[in-house]
Amino acid sequence: MPDAVTLAPAAPSARFTLRARAAAIAAAAAPLGTGLPEVACRAATAGVVAALWLGPDEWLLLAPEAEGPALAARLAAALDGLPHALVDVGHRQGGLLLGGPAATEALNAGCPLDFDPDAFPIGMCTRTVLAKAEIVLWRLGAESFRVEAARSFMPYVRQFLEEAGRAFAAA
Amino acid sequence: MLLIDCPYCGQRPEIEFAYGGEAHLARPPDPSALSDEQWAEYLYMRSNPKGRHAERWRHVHGCGRFFNAVRDTVSDFFVTTYKVGAARPDAAAMPKAAE
Repeated sequence: MPDAVTLAPAAPSARFTLRARAAAIAAAAAPLGTGLPEVACRAATAGVVAALWLGPDEWLLLAPEAEGPALAARLAAALDGLPHALVDVGHRQGGLLLGGPAATEALNAGCPLDFDPDAFPIGMCTRTVLAKAEIVLWRLGAESFRVEAARSFMPYVRQFLEEAGRAFAAA
Repeated sequence: MLLIDCPYCGQRPEIEFAYGGEAHLARPPDPSALSDEQWAEYLYMRSNPKGRHAERWRHVHGCGRFFNAVRDTVSDFFVTTYKVGAARPDAAAMPKAAE
């Protein structure tokens, strides 16, 4: 029987936080290949690049590690002269891929958000709290999530989810 | 769990939020023109009402934004929330109590 909760480290990723207002938001669309999502708590993806809404003027950009320098150079060129802040946070945090039929139950062990598909649809992302750690949570599918947390919190987050998942590893 | 209605993200659990003190306190434009008493009044004196209180909150583990809320300090009922810069809503337009 498949595991009720599966956990795997995400592939090494380049990560950037982008703070921008109207003019820079428009200018960032071309180098990203997708417009920055302006609806609260939604992610936009274009190929291997993803832009996650974290706040009204704040996004987390994810890409495979090898794509990072090229993406940063494209963004810096497109945003040149416009007020913005583009910061490489690739080494600040780590990613976990969480899946399995009990993935939402495992998250709910430490996070009180409603993971019903109507309340937290596929493509929704948000910064929130898992037990004692701050995480960024992105729903990739009905039963799959990406969890981003600070490097120093990763062992804690991973062990917390493993332990929560054991409760659902039913006979 | 108490849900707080972030003006940007919608209803979220209270553990994501941090309290930020009384709202609508305007810093005097020219502090050096004030007497010590007037400056102390601005710095330290708060209304501390029993009842509806306009206060600042920050969605610190969410969108990170400050916003204002009217909360009943007796029942902890959040009457309404609104973005920074908006005027305090009219009392008559607000719900009377928690349903």
